[in-house]
Parts: sequence; C-alpha cells; structure tokens
Amino acid sequence: MTARRKEAWTALLFVSPWIVGFSTFLLYPLLASVYYSFCDYSVLHSPVWVGTANYTTLYHDEVFWKTLGNTLIYTLMALPMSMIVALSLAMMLNAKVRGMTIYRTIFFVPSLVPAASLAILWLWIFNGQQGVVNGVLQPLLDATNGLLHLLHIPAALSAPQWLSSPVWSKPALVLMGVWGSGNAMLIYLAGLQDVPQALYEAADLDGAGWWAKTWHVTLPMLSPVILFNLIMGIIGTLQVFTVPYIMFPGGSPERSTYFYTMYLYDNAFVYLKMGYACAMGWIMFLIILVLTLVALRMSERRVYYGGS
Amino acid sequence: MALTVERPKSRGLGQRNAWLMHLALMAASVLFIFPLVWLIMTSLKPVEDTMKVPPVWIPKVFHFENYPQAFVYQSDQLGYIPFLVYARNTLVLAILTVSGAVASNALVAYAFARMRWKGRDFLFAATLATMMVPFPVLMVPTYALFKALHWTDTFRPLWVPAWFGNAFSIFLLRQFFRTIPFELSEAARIDGCSEWGIFRHVILPLSKPALAVIALFTFMGTWNDFMGPLIYLTRQELFTLGLGLQAYQTQHGGTPWHLLMAATTMVIAPVLILFFFTQKQFIQGIAVTGLKG
Repeated sequence: MTARRKEAWTALLFVSPWIVGFSTFLLYPLLASVYYSFCDYSVLHSPVWVGTANYTTLYHDEVFWKTLGNTLIYTLMALPMSMIVALSLAMMLNAKVRGMTIYRTIFFVPSLVPAASLAILWLWIFNGQQGVVNGVLQPLLDATNGLLHLLHIPAALSAPQWLSSPVWSKPALVLMGVWGSGNAMLIYLAGLQDVPQALYEAADLDGAGWWAKTWHVTLPMLSPVILFNLIMGIIGTLQVFTVPYIMFPGGSPERSTYFYTMYLYDNAFVYLKMGYACAMGWIMFLIILVLTLVALRMSERRVYYGGS
Repeated sequence: MALTVERPKSRGLGQRNAWLMHLALMAASVLFIFPLVWLIMTSLKPVEDTMKVPPVWIPKVFHFENYPQAFVYQSDQLGYIPFLVYARNTLVLAILTVSGAVASNALVAYAFARMRWKGRDFLFAATLATMMVPFPVLMVPTYALFKALHWTDTFRPLWVPAWFGNAFSIFLLRQFFRTIPFELSEAARIDGCSEWGIFRHVILPLSKPALAVIALFTFMGTWNDFMGPLIYLTRQELFTLGLGLQAYQTQHGGTPWHLLMAATTMVIAPVLILFFFTQKQFIQGIAVTGLKG
C-alpha cells in the first residue's frame, strides 16, 4: 500500500463520525423532508403520496399567512433595532473609554440568559399588575396627564399592556431581543478592532470629523461584519420560537405573537400533520434563501472586502 | 513671535466628549443590568412584597430560604416540581454532548484540515452548504427516525447526534487546525509518528483554546435548548431545566413569582459563572465566528 493510500484510509477513519452524522442527521432528513412535504403523514402510519396538496392547502390557509405576516413584521422590527443597538454599543466601546471591559461584560451578559429563563424573567417584568416596567412608567404617565390637564388638554395616557394587547406584544419581544444583542455587539467590536489605525490617522490629517470618519472609514471597513450579522439575524429571527412559545401560549393576544415556527411545531406535534409541517419548513427555507440572496446582492457594491 | 500650533484632535476623545461617552455608557449599563438585578431582588422577597404597587425595590430582609423552597414547590397542575432532578438531567445531557462534540469534531476537523483524501473538498463544501438549512426543515424526519428507533422519551435523541460531528464546530476547528505550522506534522512524521500520534501529541495539545470554545458553545447549546427536549421528552422525570421552568408558570394565576425567580436565577447562574471563569475563550470564540464569515 502506498503512503498516499494509507493516508486516505486513515483519513476516512478520522472523518467517519461525520460521514455517519452528515448522512443520518442532515442528508437523510433533508431528502425525507422533501418527500414528506408531498405526503399525508402523521408518524403513526406510513406516508401517503398526495402530490402538491400540502402546498395548495397552505396557500389557502389563513393561519399560515397570519403567522408568516407576524414573523416578517417581527423580523422587520427586531432585526434593525438589535443591529443598531449592538453596533452603537460596539462603537462606543471602541472609543477607548476607561472601564471598557466592564461595560463590555455588562452589555454581553444578558445574551447568555437561556431562552426559557429569558421568557420567564420578562413575563415577570412585563406583568400586567405588578410588572416593574409599568410600575415605573405609570407614575411618569400620570404626571404627564396631570401636566396636560393643567394645559386644558384632556389626556389619559396609560402604560402599555405588554402581554395582553396585540399592539404591544411584538414590541415587548423586540425589547427583549435588544436586551440580548450582546453577542452581535461582540462580533462588531472584534471587527472594529481590526480596522487599521492608519486609516483613522490618514482621515485625521484630511481634517475629517467624527461623522466623516464613521461614514467613510468605520462603516465601509465593518461592512462584511455587518452583512454577516444581518444574514445570521435573518436566519435566527425568522425561526423565533422558544421565547414567544413560553410567554404567549397559542400566540396570544389575538394571535399577534403566533410565529411561523410555532405554527409549524403545532402542525407537526399537536395536529400530527407532519407532511404539512414539512411543506411549511421548505417554504421557510426558500424565504431564508431568497432574503439571504437579496441581502448579498444588495450589498455587492456596498460591502468592502479588504485585501487580506 | 507667538506661534500657535493647533493640536490635532487625535488620540480619541476630548475631555468633554469622554464624559458624555461615559454618561451614555452608564445609562445603557443601568438598562442592561436592571432586569438581572430585578430577578435577584424578586427572588429574595417575601411573597407579599412581590404584589405591591409601586414595586418594592429592595426587600427589608433578604429571604434566602426562597431558594430551597423553590426545590420543593408544589404546583396545582403538575404537583411537586422536582427541580433538582431537572438540574441533574440537564447536567447529564450537557456532559454527554460536550464530550461527544469535542471528541468527534476534533477528529473530523483534523481530517479536513491536515490530511489529503479524495472527496475532501466536496464533503467540506456540502458541510458548509447544509449549515444554512433551518432546523424546522429537518425536525419532522429526525423525529420520525428517533421514533422508529424507540428513542423518544429517552435522552438519546438529545445527545447521540453530538457524537457524530456538527457542521459549525467542524468549520471552526478546521480553520484553527490550519493555522498550526505544517512543518510540525512533517517533523513528527519523520520521527516515525503515526497520523493518530500527530493528532494526539502535536495538534491536540496546541489546540486547547479552540477545543475550549467548542466545549463552551456546546455546553451553552445544551443548557439553553428548549425545542429539543420539548419535542422528545414527555415524562416529567426526564424534563430539563428549560421545560421545568415552564411548568411553574403554566398554572393559571397565582404564579409564585418569588420562587419562580429563585428557580430562574439558579438556571442562569451556572452559565454566568462559567462565563466569568472563561471570559477570554468566550469572547474570542464569538469574535472568531463573525470574522470568519
């Protein structure tokens, strides 16, 4: 046996766990999922081919559209908010302030909180009667009301019903997402620290102010990292499940927090419509794929990849 | 002759801006830290204090006994909530997944990074391509597979896959392994070292930081996982902490918030303690995930 062939056999031995894992836990489910999506399947009996029936039913399924709409709206609200907050925090930390590591820890730690604990904690914070957010907000609003009354403006501002109003349930989740954006902040910070100092010095010589430097040096240099966080954010946010599942059983109030993956999960494991759930999975995959391609396409001229 | 030289405003911030920056950072810090402070304060309150409006910020006496009480809490719906059993279950799962992930991903990444074999680049490309597939797509067939094996309502679906590699970890480790000078392997090979010997005695000792990152991320993944246990576990004695926390809450009204917050604190604490002991690896690990993208 030549040395080359021996190396190939040894390599095969090394990589064998992944060959098994890849084919069993990725490739097989992937192919089976395509097949099931064209079947009536409940796990209790073997799948029955129904053609495109699952997809056409989805098209006429009001709840499907509702959950898809909820998910897209939530993503449009949550993703820009968390990205802006994470980027702003990272830029402030990068300004070489004293105590940077302490601030960094403070901003990062909330993102470590496990999703289930996060949901329970914020249920308490947003609680209707004894919640601390409204415990602080309501006196402030009462004072504002009083002030407006003095000006003969009738006002009765009251604190938002975070958990029971369909208008406020999504913003509540957005706030929680912003609180947990420390992970993205760390990635931005690492990117910012990689920007060559020489570029700022050159900009200084040209008399560039803070804005000009941010706009013409920092953001272009950071654009690959921003794109990475954007794509990861799209993939993650579209799949939001645990936090709303625990906080808002059944997507209450008025299904305003009934998200795509929650409906998919319910179809699979509550209604045992597993073929239907697979069809939903593939539509989600397509949406993610399209959005990712759009993000890549739109960024083509805006993202700067350095020489390295 | 008075010559005024205008000093360039280099070296970061002026005195006034530095103060403004600190002010902004402090305000943000208060907002970020407050929910956790509120969590701990609530967990130390007597039950009356949790119901007061306006809120009681700091209880007069710290009720540390809330913590042992959270262990023996009886819920209306589920009866006794065996918090310690949940903690043990989660810990067992974490140990199994972490050891499996470190062992399998190191082996596989080594073959991808430092050996030549046919099909390597193809399999690696396929590995990267599948990283984008969202879990909901795979959820149903994976469940059906484990159901056919009669593995539902056991821990196996939650830890066995960890022993067969993970695309993201393989990618991360491969990138790291490739930074180790290839001359080291050559020298070992000339000394008569086998491929396994090189892996075991040259590469692994040099890769401790990267392996620590894999271990950390896997631990966090298992500790935080909610959907996996939700899908596969229905018997209460198998529940993990995530599922268990939900059990305190689902009863209608009368949630014992002080006990629930004590339980939540105990779920979060191990993660935070782990973070404080391994901050460097943690922060570098996360930074790397972004820069390699």
